[in-house]
Amino acid sequence: MTERIAVEKHRRGNRWMHWLNFPLLTVMIWSGLRIYWADLRDPNVLGIGSWEVFTFFPDFINEPLGLERRLARGMAFHFSFGWLFLINGLFFAIYLSRTKGWRNFVPNRSDFRNIGPLLLHEIGLRKEAPPQGKYNVMQQLSYAGVLFMGFLAIVSGFAIYKPTQLSLLTTLMGGYESARFIHWLVTIGFLAFFVIHLLQVARAGFGNFWSMVTGYELIEVEAIGSTPTTDDGSTPAEPPTVDENEEVLA
Amino acid sequence: MNDAPNLNPHAAADSTGRTLTEAEFKARSRRSFLTGLGGVAAAGLGWRWVQGRPEADNIPDVLRSAHELNEEIWRGLFRDGAMAPTFDFNESSMMRVNGRHGIREELDMDTWQLVVLDDDGSALGVHTLEDLRGLPQEETIVEHKCVEGWSHVVTWGGPTFASFVNAWYPEQANRAFVGLSTPDREYNVGLEMPAMLHAQTLLALDLQRAPLTEEHGAPVRLSTPLKYGIKQIKRIGTIQFSDTQPENDYWTVRGYDWYAAL
Repeated sequence: MTERIAVEKHRRGNRWMHWLNFPLLTVMIWSGLRIYWADLRDPNVLGIGSWEVFTFFPDFINEPLGLERRLARGMAFHFSFGWLFLINGLFFAIYLSRTKGWRNFVPNRSDFRNIGPLLLHEIGLRKEAPPQGKYNVMQQLSYAGVLFMGFLAIVSGFAIYKPTQLSLLTTLMGGYESARFIHWLVTIGFLAFFVIHLLQVARAGFGNFWSMVTGYELIEVEAIGSTPTTDDGSTPAEPPTVDENEEVLA
Repeated sequence: MNDAPNLNPHAAADSTGRTLTEAEFKARSRRSFLTGLGGVAAAGLGWRWVQGRPEADNIPDVLRSAHELNEEIWRGLFRDGAMAPTFDFNESSMMRVNGRHGIREELDMDTWQLVVLDDDGSALGVHTLEDLRGLPQEETIVEHKCVEGWSHVVTWGGPTFASFVNAWYPEQANRAFVGLSTPDREYNVGLEMPAMLHAQTLLALDLQRAPLTEEHGAPVRLSTPLKYGIKQIKRIGTIQFSDTQPENDYWTVRGYDWYAAL
């Protein structure tokens, strides 16, 4: 005999700051690419030696996104929305430390040991997923990584924004040119993360995605000793066991 | 809403352990859906609102205000002792030419002179190149930065603007701003006095230890690692001390930040 209950998965603060971050980071990347476009005489290129695989970015990307000849507006958007991105990030950092939520992102020894079994499970060679906390080790690493990238984007951003007034910071970033390259790499990292994140979320199913909106996810629980819960929905005496088929991803 | 022991299969470090019945969850889903819809609509409308604002000097007025707020913040934080990193001469090299605004006409050294004006526009003095060469000559080897994103380590030579003021216009040092123009008045910039009097701000006469070429702003241009290149005006014809922010600034009216400080 099973019943369905909803358990809280994502706290209110995590959800709000997650969703606020999405449009803010979008505006930052879009306006940042307008600034980047302004010096296309020296674009970053992916390639080996003289073999150029991909130039960041080709016209078919620049044109529809309106990145061309919009430097003044790019800078205006970047230096205004940057504060909002920073404030949201600071609040998130404070929130994570207050709620201990940061621990969800930090793998412990057993998480690291489970990398092998987890990969086997992911490719279908192992039936059961290894035990984990809120997130599995791959998720922990990618979420911790993207949080660090947010920090790096802000630090390298200030190093580029005020390289004379904050020259120490710029020097720490390896100089102005180096800070610019780090800032650009982080941007590409965000874009890569976004693609992977969407794929993982799509794989984990709608219930998982929706829990980032409502905070809760429905799960099937076994009613204790086949005794139906009371009609008023009061708490079962003991925590019910959880259906092992329920996967929590992304 | 029950405060049950943690039912989450994958215990979260920040778990509250809260649960809902299926009926409560459905009601919450509806509310969340509407909140989400409202959020998307608010973001979309907010975006359109920013884009549709009347323009102030070629950008939406709210973004102009943001520039001005940033200026207030960074003028408040300004440290006169903060220096741009300096380099060795052999790390510097000739940089690209990036604009001919205000210097399209051929330079005529027979008629060129540096005119200095007071706040009310009356003439305070006129200077020759020899006057500037006669001041103590400084050399700064710094990274020149363009709003476009590129940077280039170059060697500047010439008197500091501070020494120019001290020599002939010490009483003007407490004015708030300085406006500079090319002789044809096409290119204009305004800078606040603290940046002008900074130790690394030169009335540059030399680039790479040779007199400025015409395309780099001969006979005298402004060089300062406190500002982007758009503020480092070439071929200075007029310098005006003023108490109010100079109205003319070539790139500000074209959408850029007036402060443009690094």
